[in-house]
Amino acid sequence: MRLHDFTVSLPGAVQIVRGLDLSIARGEALGIVGESGCGKSVTWLAALRLLGRNVTTRGEVLLEGRDIGQLSERELARVRGGRIALIFQDPSSALDPVQSIGTQLTDVLRRHRGLKGEAARREALRLLDRVGIADGPRRLKQYPHEFSGGMNQRVMIALALAGEPDVLVADEPTTALDATIQAQVLDLIRDIRRETGMTLILISHDLGVVGDLCNRIAVMYAGRIVETAATRDLLTRPRHPYTQGLLAALPTLDGPRRRLTPIPGTVPAPTDIPLGCAFAPRCPIAIERCERELPTLTFAAQDQRAACLRLGEPVALPGAPVPVSMTSEHAGVPA
Amino acid sequence: MTALLEVHDLARAYPISTAGGARRILHAVDGVSFALERGRTLGIVGESGCGKSTTAKLTLGLLPATRGRVTFEGNPVTAERDRHWRALRRRMQIVHQDPLAALDRRLRVGQQVMEPLVIHGLEGSADAQRQKALALFDAVGLRPDLFERYPHELSGGQRQRVVLARALVLDPALLVCDEPISALDVSVAAQVINLMQDLQARFGMAYLFISHDLKVVRQIADEVAVMYLGRIVEQGPPDALFHAPAHPYTEALVSAVPTPLRGTQGRIILQGDPPNPVDRPSGCAFHPRCPRAVARCREEAPALKPAADGRLTACHLVADAPVAVVA
Repeated sequence: MRLHDFTVSLPGAVQIVRGLDLSIARGEALGIVGESGCGKSVTWLAALRLLGRNVTTRGEVLLEGRDIGQLSERELARVRGGRIALIFQDPSSALDPVQSIGTQLTDVLRRHRGLKGEAARREALRLLDRVGIADGPRRLKQYPHEFSGGMNQRVMIALALAGEPDVLVADEPTTALDATIQAQVLDLIRDIRRETGMTLILISHDLGVVGDLCNRIAVMYAGRIVETAATRDLLTRPRHPYTQGLLAALPTLDGPRRRLTPIPGTVPAPTDIPLGCAFAPRCPIAIERCERELPTLTFAAQDQRAACLRLGEPVALPGAPVPVSMTSEHAGVPA
Repeated sequence: MTALLEVHDLARAYPISTAGGARRILHAVDGVSFALERGRTLGIVGESGCGKSTTAKLTLGLLPATRGRVTFEGNPVTAERDRHWRALRRRMQIVHQDPLAALDRRLRVGQQVMEPLVIHGLEGSADAQRQKALALFDAVGLRPDLFERYPHELSGGQRQRVVLARALVLDPALLVCDEPISALDVSVAAQVINLMQDLQARFGMAYLFISHDLKVVRQIADEVAVMYLGRIVEQGPPDALFHAPAHPYTEALVSAVPTPLRGTQGRIILQGDPPNPVDRPSGCAFHPRCPRAVARCREEAPALKPAADGRLTACHLVADAPVAVVA
């Protein structure tokens, strides 16, 4: 899957995603992180035309070389839920409250896989079992309100899997869940990916969640990707000052307790994006050029690209972090 | 010296009727005790429904307790809205998760920071009140020109600073913070955590800091209490609890924190959801999900008692502190 020069605008020519270039290899688990308003969720909703007519997009959304932006509504409906499935933060609002879990599951199975009657029911039971919901026959007759948040997210995952998708887009799938339930759901997604080889795009504000599940991470800021690299590289030697800032701002569970280094200021509003590098006003190493020139993603190392004009320079970075959780003493923790 | 805040055997139960019409009792908080010294921070962690927010409300007398007592600066805290309670409340303030909900949308933020002084008739003249509010604005890192703005004109981080300024304008000795940074983005959350540490160093108030985020609590707390189904299951210094948890629930909670590059080795995944507090399991409430539960855990509720290193643990499988043998 590939996004090419993808731009999303709201009425009044407010751009919330600005010329995104991103490709995801088959079977890859890509994490997308960023703070609220950076465009990380909007990108995928807009790419699948789920945002209504007020939102305009530009650029290409390629699935195996084919631009799904050119598909008719009807063709696209087959892609959504079939080739590409989505799960969201709040499962109880994504599920239909007046339809039983069984009806919702068999509906997807009929639409995307042509299964009917007993075959659909058998497959629905298999899916519930797969996502760790016991007592399937009884559960199929129940409604979303009879399930806990964690169980509903499992149902959402079962619904997503029902279409046997090639790509799963998971938007903050565990943010609304409690810690121990989050761990269960992340584990489930990891297992399913291992079994099916499905491509995963995981959108989260939490570097911990993304780093836990993904082999590559893209960091977004103000509608653009500022850095992308293999998870280990991004977390241990980040090259963009924003990525470095994010890591230094995070409290950790192990290592010595040290004062956090916040990023000064706040994220710019989409109506008020600076001309050059959007991060320049908050950047500790910004120079005058950064206020005028828009940096593009440039190779910093093999498989690591960052959009920073000072990338090639030997700049001593103030407070360049070595994330504490990466150090060797972490290896055995927690026991 | 007695502690600033002492909470003893605090409990809150709600009578509810189930779908079948049966009358049941929901024990939201069921016998919680702790003490907090001046200028220190106690973190309370746990998952939703564990009773951590109810504990906060009971501590401030915002909810009447079913059982137990709260003592603040030597005075009993009750939920009677009388003169006595209002006088105590001046010295104990609360900060909520969502600053926009906590602020009045139609009032300039500066006005809102001054308001507690007006209500309590402090600082004399309106001008003195304004000066005091402006001083607090400065202390929380807000520019004076924001004084005349409305809440919607500020960012999330700035709003939480306004809420902190308003809470501090009465010079409280205790600030109860219920998920104060959960609604903030990473870069802004770090600013507010640092600010809270600076304010504590400068003004010396104690924090009762309630959060689901172990990393944030470790950053800010001197001591941590882990709650499960209305009771404290483990309490002690953050590094002791998070690096070498003694209670199996603390262990699972620490293990569940997503950590990059850790992989799945050694991770404990608990089965199922936390039980409904109406159907509190017999014995140790954690036993149905506990990977190490033995027969005794089903029958006998473990008491919270000191372990060898001084931390408190409520688990049958944790060795007690060695008892001094009296000759």
